[in-house]
Amino acid sequence: MIDLLVDLFSDYTLRTVALGSALLGITAGSLGGFALLRQQSLLGDAISHAALPGIAIAFLITGSKAPLVLILGAGIAGWIGAALISVVTTRTRIKYDSALGIMLSVFFGFGLVLLTYIQRQPNANQAGLDSFLFGQAAALVEQDVLLIFVIGSAVMVLITLFWKEFKLLSFDPDFLGTLAYPVRLLDYLLTTLFVVAIVIGLQTVGVVLMSAMIIAPAAAARQWTDRLGRMIALAGLFGAVSGVGGAVTSSLIPSLPTGPTIVLIVSGIVLVSLLFAPNRGLVFRRIRDWQAGKRLRVDAVLVDLYTLASQHSSAEYPHSERVLDVMSTISGPAHRTLKVLKDLDLAKPIDSTKWSLTPEGVRRAERVLKRQFGGTP
Amino acid sequence: MDYAIDIRDLTVAYREKPVLWDVDLQVPSGVLVAIVGPNGAGKTTMIKASLGLIKPAAGSVLIHGRPYSEQRTTVAYVPQRGSVDWDFPTNVLDVVSMGLYGRLGWFKRPGKAERIEAMKSLAQVGMEEYATRQISQLSGGQQQRVFLARALVQDARVYFMDEPFQGVDATTERAIVELLQNLRKQGKTVAVVHHDLQTVPEYFDHVMLLNVRRIASGPVEDVFTEDNLRMTYGGRVAFVSALSAAPKP
Repeated sequence: MIDLLVDLFSDYTLRTVALGSALLGITAGSLGGFALLRQQSLLGDAISHAALPGIAIAFLITGSKAPLVLILGAGIAGWIGAALISVVTTRTRIKYDSALGIMLSVFFGFGLVLLTYIQRQPNANQAGLDSFLFGQAAALVEQDVLLIFVIGSAVMVLITLFWKEFKLLSFDPDFLGTLAYPVRLLDYLLTTLFVVAIVIGLQTVGVVLMSAMIIAPAAAARQWTDRLGRMIALAGLFGAVSGVGGAVTSSLIPSLPTGPTIVLIVSGIVLVSLLFAPNRGLVFRRIRDWQAGKRLRVDAVLVDLYTLASQHSSAEYPHSERVLDVMSTISGPAHRTLKVLKDLDLAKPIDSTKWSLTPEGVRRAERVLKRQFGGTP
Repeated sequence: MDYAIDIRDLTVAYREKPVLWDVDLQVPSGVLVAIVGPNGAGKTTMIKASLGLIKPAAGSVLIHGRPYSEQRTTVAYVPQRGSVDWDFPTNVLDVVSMGLYGRLGWFKRPGKAERIEAMKSLAQVGMEEYATRQISQLSGGQQQRVFLARALVQDARVYFMDEPFQGVDATTERAIVELLQNLRKQGKTVAVVHHDLQTVPEYFDHVMLLNVRRIASGPVEDVFTEDNLRMTYGGRVAFVSALSAAPKP
């Protein structure tokens, strides 16, 4: 563990990869929060696939593999892809999800064709472009990290600056329009930030898996909080944690690829969040339902006992368990509930089969009835 | 005459099919007007086109004598409740504060003064104790009142409301009616898309009957006639005769 910490700060490759992945995770995660809330989760997938031909064309034109050049190409192609999706959705009868699918496959296919063409060229320089498909985090150098840092910081500053506008754009764009804000322009700005956050991750995570870095941290963060600020911060944190986690894990286990490992870790965070987050988590909800069910069963048997006794002179008149079983056909046999009632001191067994309410049980039954019917039956 | 709302020749077409055809509407200041018509008549489209949310093929919209684009800050909008995702991570007070974004301008965030104003308009709709409530935990009627509070905080002169009575309980309906009457008392003008024909004479001063074209518009007692309704709703006799059985104003 100590060795690992030392490595994290002293080992050049590990430090670079971890830092780059963390910055990437923060940027992609925070923007992903807005994408999730605007129901545009899949847009990230389309943009990252659409970026591939941009990388190839940038290389073909310049002959350079400098990260800035390739990222610029990827960004322009990704942006054109996003704009075409918007045009196709508004101008034709094709629905949003179909437009996404079309752009994704058309651009990605075109990108693969170009990559294959480039690889056939008798030029030694072309090697390594295909690493954009699945990412190659281990190849990150200080310059790449610096680039990710500069672009990522710019994105974060803009999110902070336009916080209120982006929030309302995501919640109720029409209303934002009536307040004289240029909705179209803000939409373009947010989409552009989105494209930027995606293309800076392509080198590390790759075209195919990049959308996970957008959606997964946001989906996990949404489970834990009901406030936008916290959700976006948490999504950034989850992104950063998976970035560092992926870098460290893949450095410990030889031949484990960094990008997919990052994605696996963030998927793990999503799984834990879906299951265990308070309020929204499945486990939490199951427990709450179970507790509510138990309370209802207790009340039901209590009221049954009370109703039976009300036919007699005393509210504590005992009745047999069999009768209660018949009355509570919906909630199942009364035996276990009667035991709970006994533990709560609301009912007591008279002999092996008969039960009666305690004075406290009578009071509670009357309260339940008042709440349910506003009086006695 | 200077109208609060003055819509002329408004035409909107989706892919050549007109959904709103050459519509005029003049509403004097301080009047509550109901916009009535069957489904697909273009009621929401008319409001959205008036507010510049849909680009009309033709027509002009004047608010208190000047183009809407110059009068945005004096116009408030209450969209249909179902038009947003109520699972959005935010609370009631925050949503109401959104009504102040226009006045705040770029980059400035709502502060203490804005929260106080938002609380005041929440109180007007009887929702002040829900200020910190998560919006996903509201009932339909409460959601509607939050939207109304968001419009109230804008302190506009003209209000456009899209089906504020849709699916609300009796308590909320009474609260909204009271609110409309208060707005009228303050001299505001309110245009409301409304579905319940029975309550039109009771709640509103003017009515506009719309079915792609404007069938009629004006004071309820002049315009809200059986003939006009039959023209609007395409002679659904059973329906119209049920209406004529209702008490007339």
